[in-house]
Amino acid sequence: MARYFWLIPLVPGASAFVLLLFGRRFSRRWVAWQASAAVFLSFALTVAALAKISAAGGGAAPLSKVLLSWIVSGAFSASVALTFDGLAAVMAAVVTGVGFLIHVYSAAYMAEDRAYSRYFAFLNLFTFFMLVLVLASDIVLMFVGWEGVGLCSYLLIGFWFDRPAAAAAGLKAFLVNRIGDAAFMVGVLFLLANVGSSSFAAINAAPGSGLLGPGPATLAAILLFVGATGKSAQIPLYVWLPDAMEGPTPVSALIHAATMVTAGVYMVCRLNGLFTASPAASSVVAWVGAVTAVYAATMALVQHDLKRVLAYSTISQIGYMFIGCGVGAYAAGMFHLLTHAFFKSLLFLAAGSVIHALGGEQDMRRMGGLRKRLPVTSFVFLIGALAVSGIPFLSGFFSKDAILTGAYAGGRYALYALGLAAAVLTAFYMFRLVYVAFYGAERTSPAPGAQSHEQPRAMTVPLIVLAVLSAVAGLIGLPALFGERANVIGRFLEGSFAAAAPHPAPSTEIALSLAATASALLGLGLAFLLYRRSPGIPARLAGRFPGIHRLLVRKYYVDEAYDAVIVRPLVRGAEAIYERFDLKVVDGALNGSAAAATRAGRGLNALQSGLVRDYALAFLLGAILFLGFLIL
Amino acid sequence: MIAPAAFFVLAVVLFVLGVIAFFVKKDLLTQFMAVEVMLNAGNLALLALAKASGRPDGQALVLFIITVAAAEAVIGLAIIVLIFRQRKSIRTDDLEDLKG
Repeated sequence: MARYFWLIPLVPGASAFVLLLFGRRFSRRWVAWQASAAVFLSFALTVAALAKISAAGGGAAPLSKVLLSWIVSGAFSASVALTFDGLAAVMAAVVTGVGFLIHVYSAAYMAEDRAYSRYFAFLNLFTFFMLVLVLASDIVLMFVGWEGVGLCSYLLIGFWFDRPAAAAAGLKAFLVNRIGDAAFMVGVLFLLANVGSSSFAAINAAPGSGLLGPGPATLAAILLFVGATGKSAQIPLYVWLPDAMEGPTPVSALIHAATMVTAGVYMVCRLNGLFTASPAASSVVAWVGAVTAVYAATMALVQHDLKRVLAYSTISQIGYMFIGCGVGAYAAGMFHLLTHAFFKSLLFLAAGSVIHALGGEQDMRRMGGLRKRLPVTSFVFLIGALAVSGIPFLSGFFSKDAILTGAYAGGRYALYALGLAAAVLTAFYMFRLVYVAFYGAERTSPAPGAQSHEQPRAMTVPLIVLAVLSAVAGLIGLPALFGERANVIGRFLEGSFAAAAPHPAPSTEIALSLAATASALLGLGLAFLLYRRSPGIPARLAGRFPGIHRLLVRKYYVDEAYDAVIVRPLVRGAEAIYERFDLKVVDGALNGSAAAATRAGRGLNALQSGLVRDYALAFLLGAILFLGFLIL
Repeated sequence: MIAPAAFFVLAVVLFVLGVIAFFVKKDLLTQFMAVEVMLNAGNLALLALAKASGRPDGQALVLFIITVAAAEAVIGLAIIVLIFRQRKSIRTDDLEDLKG
């Protein structure tokens, strides 16, 4: 079955095609079944291929297949070719596995929606493009997937396009991503011009073989990373992700937490040869990641919207992954990507379950005491919160620890400190959410028509599966402390990365783990103190430091700044051009020539009397003139 | 024996008469007859020149022209009849649909 690994993206693609064309005629049941089955089939193929390559030992023998040759132009050629190696296997497993659970969940979550088949068609289409991005053997095909997932993200954020906020959020996501994608495309073209080949193998080998000097390598890596900051919502292009929460919650879980937003991390890992060759670019990656991790976490502290807290948390956690990539601990970055996909999609789906049960309520101040009303949801949410906070022995603990260890072992102490600070903040805002929404007194006013009991099984079963994965997935990436063979995922990915991450001494490793645990517990304890023990403190703190509080609530005024510096001058400039050039010059030229033709016609139409006699006279005079000319 | 020049002069006179008739008269039927006079003036001129040059080509050409002119006359008359049926008038001053 592993021979057919190239069908992995094509199955959801075909399903999306059928649903887009005929979905409206199918019954809702059939639509949900078909879409979920297509992703499940992809998942089964991924598992089969994964078993095949891990039997061959690490990414030693990646599967690859050329589907068709695409661009042949002089010396340059690009083909539609797929490669399934260790790195792609991990990512494809996340996309299809988590994607399948989210499809199942969506079947119940979206049950009331009018556009059921459109939703599943887009979800399948997204899975298709994401898998193209993951399995592409060259950067040009990856770019196709990269743009395709951006399109699906736009379509799904604006899924409820009759709500102005959703339509605006979709547009914002699309435009902000355009900025990153433009830089990405320039980077791709720059690489094509300098390396002469678009395949990842050639690009990764180029700095070593002298095809790409240190300067050009840095330039190319940074251009590509700007694309990643757009797609993966890092400073400065993160502003679209919080707004993207206007989309349906399962979409937030799949696209804006587990898969698409981590595409930037995947891209950096895929091109690790290029990034490793340029210490400057790697530093940029790590620093942008570290600053984003802390910066986004501070904004999550004061949000009241359940999904927005999770969105800022996602930005912050992706920052973590970039720290891993930037310090050379690529396997740790991918490991955190994997565990994050589990616990963050779990948190989003659980939040969706809360929102669903409360009839669309997203403000945590109007929740409280949900523990009794939604026992399963509350329990799995707690597991997700513990995992993302990095409480020992849940998945997030191991992956975060691996990244921090990598930063420390590489001697990047400032990055390590920022990572630790972000860990404290993460535990704090997650448990603020837990205590406010799930503990304490009930503050809900039962909305009419909202169900107060636990969710249908199609929603709770995916939650439970993800909760189990969030709890135990860390065991595949145990630190070196547990022996050389303990880091299963690290060994699995060895073949994909050029250089191995540095390892500290076992005693240092224990100390680092303890420090990480302490910072997680510190955040958790603070949240307990402020939001459970004496809930009056946060308000008093906000009163004490009104400036800081307002700065956080208004999200550092970044949206306003972008609006003033970029959006408004552009709009005003466009308006000026419209008034001065479009209306006056372009329209003026067109109207002027039309008016000239009319005026000329008015003078000449006297000749057209319609009378036979006049025409005959003209004919006679013409003949006489002609004859006269001949004779004379 | 009449001189060929006399035939030619007659042809010119007929042609000018046809032109004057075409511009003076205002009903389509008469104007059509004027056109026919001009056409046959042209034929006569051709014959006169053919006789003067002593070659038969001109005479053969005139036979063809008469044949074609017969067909043309049929069509022209048919058009005039149809115009009359539609408009109840064949005055050319009434037919000014092409006025710009």
